[in-house]
Amino acid sequence: MTLAIAERVDNRREKVVRHFALTDTIFHWACRLAAIAVLVILGGVFVSLVSGSWEALAKFGPAFLTTARWSPVTETFGALAPIYGTLVTAAIAIVIAVPVGIGIAVFLTELCPRPLRRPIGIAVELLAGIPSIIYGIWGLFVFAPFLQRTLQPFLIDIFANVPVLSDLFAGPAYGIGILTSSLILAIMILPFIASITKDVFDTVPGVVKESAYGIGCTTWEVVRRIVIPHTRVGIMGGVMLALGRALGETMAVTFVIGNSHRLSASIIAPGTTISATIANEFTEADADVYVSSLMSLGLILFFITFIILAAARYMLLRMGRQAGA
Amino acid sequence: MTTIYARRKATNAMMMGLCVGAAAVGLAWLALILGALLYKGLAGLNLAVFTEMTPPPGSAGGLLNAIYGSVIVSVIAMLIGTPIGILAGTYMAEYGRFSKLTMIVRFINDILLSAPSIIIGLFVYELIVRPMGHFSGLAGSVALAILVIPVVVRTTEDMLSLVPNALREAGTAIGAPRWIVIRSVGYRAAMSGIVTGVLLAVARISGETAPLLFTALNNQFWSSNLNAPIASLPVTIFQFALSPYQEWQQLAWTGALIITLTVLTLSIIARSLTGRKEGH
Repeated sequence: MTLAIAERVDNRREKVVRHFALTDTIFHWACRLAAIAVLVILGGVFVSLVSGSWEALAKFGPAFLTTARWSPVTETFGALAPIYGTLVTAAIAIVIAVPVGIGIAVFLTELCPRPLRRPIGIAVELLAGIPSIIYGIWGLFVFAPFLQRTLQPFLIDIFANVPVLSDLFAGPAYGIGILTSSLILAIMILPFIASITKDVFDTVPGVVKESAYGIGCTTWEVVRRIVIPHTRVGIMGGVMLALGRALGETMAVTFVIGNSHRLSASIIAPGTTISATIANEFTEADADVYVSSLMSLGLILFFITFIILAAARYMLLRMGRQAGA
Repeated sequence: MTTIYARRKATNAMMMGLCVGAAAVGLAWLALILGALLYKGLAGLNLAVFTEMTPPPGSAGGLLNAIYGSVIVSVIAMLIGTPIGILAGTYMAEYGRFSKLTMIVRFINDILLSAPSIIIGLFVYELIVRPMGHFSGLAGSVALAILVIPVVVRTTEDMLSLVPNALREAGTAIGAPRWIVIRSVGYRAAMSGIVTGVLLAVARISGETAPLLFTALNNQFWSSNLNAPIASLPVTIFQFALSPYQEWQQLAWTGALIITLTVLTLSIIARSLTGRKEGH
């Protein structure tokens, strides 16, 4: 009698255990597949861009990279103008935003009165999340007309007789153009740089800074000799991330760049970037080779940003290991 | 001797002055943008914005169909992206914390996290729009879902990694199989963090324009058909802002204000969720 009951209990236990083992395996594999899906997505992005751009790349060959002519009518396409615009706008934006961003981070970590530190830090982080279309619409309606009236005529006038600079700042002042886009990008990546730099500044051990203060260093000397060397890799990582963002940014730039495929030495002139070209022209592209050329632009952007972002992550990873050790 | 001190003090004063200046200028600039947005956006904010359809050029109207389309596309995107993101994050934190796969996925995920969103749009165009032969709301949702996944993966992994192992061991010690430990111990302990990640993901996609331009396209009219082009707030803003019509431009500003307020509200809620946990 008791034996039979024991057997029944054993049977049920075995069933429950088997059920648990099964659900456990299912869940384990569901998780694993989801993780693999992340890899598949990036792989898919690459494969689809290559297949989409195949036609244009086969037709134009390597000359696609070095041709500035972009003519949907004759179906000849070259990527030089967008590539140039992308690199120049991102470079100018970084040159402006990095010193200011680091300045904000120094202010937040060393100078700001303690009660204000958290609110300002949070405000900076919130601003980093504002969608880029907001910056775009502001740039178009407020900032570009403002530049057209003030900064651009000023730059054109003041450098009119200086040899190289007169070409760099050659008018007319349209308001929109490469310089305007660069400034908007700079404003946009500013909170981003500031909040990352602040985070890596916070990893500097207090003891190290205090010992520098203890031997009589000024605040600037502590920042220059202790904080920045200690966090150099992290700052570089943050800057590269911001660069990746500036290179791929679409909406903020599309509004104010002017979408002109003419290469111009003047940074006041309208130009275009890879992402702005795609955003402006993709739905209008009728011919297959047109679509394919836009896909090729996407592929080029993918390559550039992938390398930059990979380098950035590698640097931040090294930084994290340093902080952990 | 004193000249050295004087010089060091002067350098310090100058550099610190520059830092304060940078902070003042940077923050003032951003305040200026938000101010302009409030000023121009509020001017057009009225009930009609939420009750009327997008108007034809030159007449008044609202943004109802655009807001509705945005909500539908975003909800579907979250329904696709959140489970995948949470499961992948679970794998990385619970099953394969030190495995090679986790290391690679973490690296790739971080790249996806900051990849240009317009490239995701191109990918989905090749993946869905071209085979189907037409633009569709579903394609827009998939594009946004791909932007959701990395955000959710990242926060889920981070939050589950913070759960102390002793809790898991306690669960295992009373005989719970692993997935029940994860569900009843891991998820429960990391709940507020995971919800934060989901909210941040919603905040991220609610303003995304580029990936919708050539997936969901746009629609002048009320439509909830996921198999056809659907209106969305960001794309409508883009189209209206670049138009020459006064009424459209005003609606673009109002739409921009709505998006910004949504994003800021979501981020603040997300922040207060984790903030409370840190306070404990």
